[in-house]
Amino acid sequence: MGSYLLRRLLIALPSLLGISVVLFTVLALAPGDPFEELATNPNVPPEVRMMLRAKFGLDDPVWQRYVHWLAAMLQGDWGFSFLSRVNVDTLIAQRVPVTLAVIGASQLLALAVALPVGIISAIKPYSWFDRIASTLAFIGFSLPPFFTGILLILLFSIQLDWLPFVFRADIPGSGWPWLWEHIKQAIMPITVLGLFQGASWTRYVRSAVLDVVRLEYVTTARAKGLAERVVILKHVVRNALIPVVTLVALQMPAVFGGAIVTEQIFRVPGIGSLLIDAILRNDTPVIMAVTFVLSCLVILFNLIADLLYGWLDPRISYR
Amino acid sequence: MQEREIHALIEQVRTGELPRRAFIQRMVAVGLSAPMASMLLMHNGIAQSQTAVTYKPTKRGGGGALKVLWWQGATLLQPHFANGTKDQEGSRIFYEPLACWDTDGNLIPILAAEIPTVENGGLLPGGKVVRWRLKKGVTWHDGKPFTADDCVFTWDFARDPASACVTMGVYKDVTVTKVDSHTIVVSFAKPTPFWATAFVAAEGMIIPKHLFGPFAGAKSRDAPNNLKPVGTGPYKFVDFKPGDMVRGEINTNYHMPNRPYFDAIEMKGGGDATSAARAVLQSGEYDYAWNLQVEDEVLKRMEDSGKGRIYIVPSGDIEFIQLNITDPWNEVDGERASVKSKHFAFTDPAVRQAMAVLADRKSMQEFIYGRTGVATANFLNNPQKFRSPNTKMEFNIDKANQILEAAGWKKGSDGVREKGGKKLKFVYQTSVNSLRQKEQAVIKQACQKAGIELELKSVTASVFFSSDVANPDTYGKFWCDMQMYTTTMTQPDPERFMDQYLTREISAKANKWNLRNITRWSSEEYDKTFHEAEAELDPVKRAALFIKMNDLPVQANIVIPLISRPRVRGASVKLVTQLSGWDLDLSGLHNWYRES
Repeated sequence: MGSYLLRRLLIALPSLLGISVVLFTVLALAPGDPFEELATNPNVPPEVRMMLRAKFGLDDPVWQRYVHWLAAMLQGDWGFSFLSRVNVDTLIAQRVPVTLAVIGASQLLALAVALPVGIISAIKPYSWFDRIASTLAFIGFSLPPFFTGILLILLFSIQLDWLPFVFRADIPGSGWPWLWEHIKQAIMPITVLGLFQGASWTRYVRSAVLDVVRLEYVTTARAKGLAERVVILKHVVRNALIPVVTLVALQMPAVFGGAIVTEQIFRVPGIGSLLIDAILRNDTPVIMAVTFVLSCLVILFNLIADLLYGWLDPRISYR
Repeated sequence: MQEREIHALIEQVRTGELPRRAFIQRMVAVGLSAPMASMLLMHNGIAQSQTAVTYKPTKRGGGGALKVLWWQGATLLQPHFANGTKDQEGSRIFYEPLACWDTDGNLIPILAAEIPTVENGGLLPGGKVVRWRLKKGVTWHDGKPFTADDCVFTWDFARDPASACVTMGVYKDVTVTKVDSHTIVVSFAKPTPFWATAFVAAEGMIIPKHLFGPFAGAKSRDAPNNLKPVGTGPYKFVDFKPGDMVRGEINTNYHMPNRPYFDAIEMKGGGDATSAARAVLQSGEYDYAWNLQVEDEVLKRMEDSGKGRIYIVPSGDIEFIQLNITDPWNEVDGERASVKSKHFAFTDPAVRQAMAVLADRKSMQEFIYGRTGVATANFLNNPQKFRSPNTKMEFNIDKANQILEAAGWKKGSDGVREKGGKKLKFVYQTSVNSLRQKEQAVIKQACQKAGIELELKSVTASVFFSSDVANPDTYGKFWCDMQMYTTTMTQPDPERFMDQYLTREISAKANKWNLRNITRWSSEEYDKTFHEAEAELDPVKRAALFIKMNDLPVQANIVIPLISRPRVRGASVKLVTQLSGWDLDLSGLHNWYRES
């Protein structure tokens, strides 16, 4: 197990390096200019823009810029944003709490919906409950979040005037009213994301449970005279959830990555909106840092999922 | 409009025959900015009008929070590093200039005790020296006094190339010296009729010496106050998240009585224009929204909710078409669209004239822009009643057909006109934007009826407006027969604006397509007029020269002005704002209040 872990970590290093090279090259080849706004402003003489480019090293060859970036990154210096001239790690640190809260809550909501609904559907397949749940699940994951988001805004913010649709990360105040404000503004984004994710997970849980529920050991458990509840929870669900756990673990990097579209609609200041802003304005250091952190997380959670798999099912061994 | 006529008009203003405002509108109509027109009057000893600011609150504070929405959030709060107006607006909550422009082009003192004039000794004869007296008793948010040293420092900071300030252009050619603790002198190398640039409006915000002093030059990025502004403005800094939120609280020591009205201000960023309009006009969650580039029909429907209304503020932005007179498709001397090449059709003045009469501006205004765009034939903003007699707004397909027929472009069997084997088929590019694609369709339809075939091309804005040397689709390269975009005239003095038709500014490979003459049109007369204007000391003569420069490329049909685009802002019905088309939205923030 220890050598397996070590081997996996060693393999991860070249893949991270490879990812960073690919990312950097793609960004360098992509069209655009971080000082585009200055270029269209006749007030700013072109020499100012050229001076900024030179100062920020944008005129150096790509490989040179990459080496600079890599050397700084290895020393823990993530660089600074061309646009806000703020250190990238500060920018990311500002956005992480909101992302974790909103996306994390939506994943919890998704689990809270997917698990019970999927299990009940699988125990009584093709019952009325299953049919309704399946229909809703299909609707849920065929409607994109930007559509349901706007639908919810029109209904709850414009028509009913119950919920605000502009998310504010730093509401002044404290105590219950403060908490209530936060909950109110988070309801819509969490619902949109949670139900979208929950819909597809429901289908996974249902099929996973369906695979297990017909196996002979379940019949044996029933024959022993165990209560139905115990059979389902202790014997069926535990085994059925192994693939679902992997699925959820692999979904975790997305929690950090945020949800670009939903964050844009509700103006949630998360990592997703930081990334999309940086991409739209060609702010290379920010794009590099965010995507690189995400790729690290993907690799990490892949590893965790593999380890988790073995822990859940001891028949799988590491060699 | 000739110098003589301008003098006559100024005389009329002096005698009171012509209202000041009418004079300014008239100058704006022929292509000058309101501030420049106002300066013409000042030079002739006509005092600025006292703009009646209706400010009702009788005490400071008590107005609750002001919530404003900028769908492009401020990314930094150091006014001299601003990437665009969004950053300047964010900074303007905290920092102030010596003076700002109101919507009639009047210079309003903020940190200056008064506006320099000849009478008060502020403008010295010769036009090279301006003496500003600063307001006394103003303190920075941290309690330190505001003095002439801060102004001198700001100049020194901004002009230093190592600081990498975007305002360098304003400060590099002036010298600022301190006379006493509350007087500074701004001197220019040559006589400068338009002197209100340094320390004025968006680029004039003054930063405190005691906080930025240790971080001048190459260390400028390290200043902790880049993110924590300490200014003299009506609101004090609380919190900033780049791209998301700027928060401020009332400055109880603000230097203007009874101001500000609000106890706090929140500037939220992100999202898109349509939902920003919704948050102000429909749900009323926010008090004010910036730059609502939304179709007018949608805005009108939202306004019906009665919570907010749209403000249309005239300014100098123009949507226009450029015709390429060089050959964009073949390389000459290793360069596409080289100045040495000739476009097969657009070098023929008849074809250019035909293109100009095929632009159906009225339909564009009526069906595409609504209130948010005004059809114009002039290169700069042009209210209908003052339309320059020199340039006509005409849409006439028959006339276009006649012109082309007379010039020898005959219709072929496919209905497309040709001459000498060359067909009138053009590629017409612009940025991706739903309004622009509709405009393209309007032009294409009219051209079809005149036997001209257009291929429409749209390029993502981030590519089109970039200065990326490697990309063939940037507007600066203009490797296309015709293109369309909006040019902004943010600066009140047209000198820099008008250099975009100079021969020496031609955008080409040698200068990495960084220069401003994108049409690559070159006219001796234009160059001559520009140099005359540069050296001209008499502001009235200079104004006349600029008006002539406006007319030249338009009359040659090198550019086809389409729509003048005013600023579109949304505010709650109760909010009283003070907006100017010649300065930042928040330039009058200290006068904003909410009616009960």
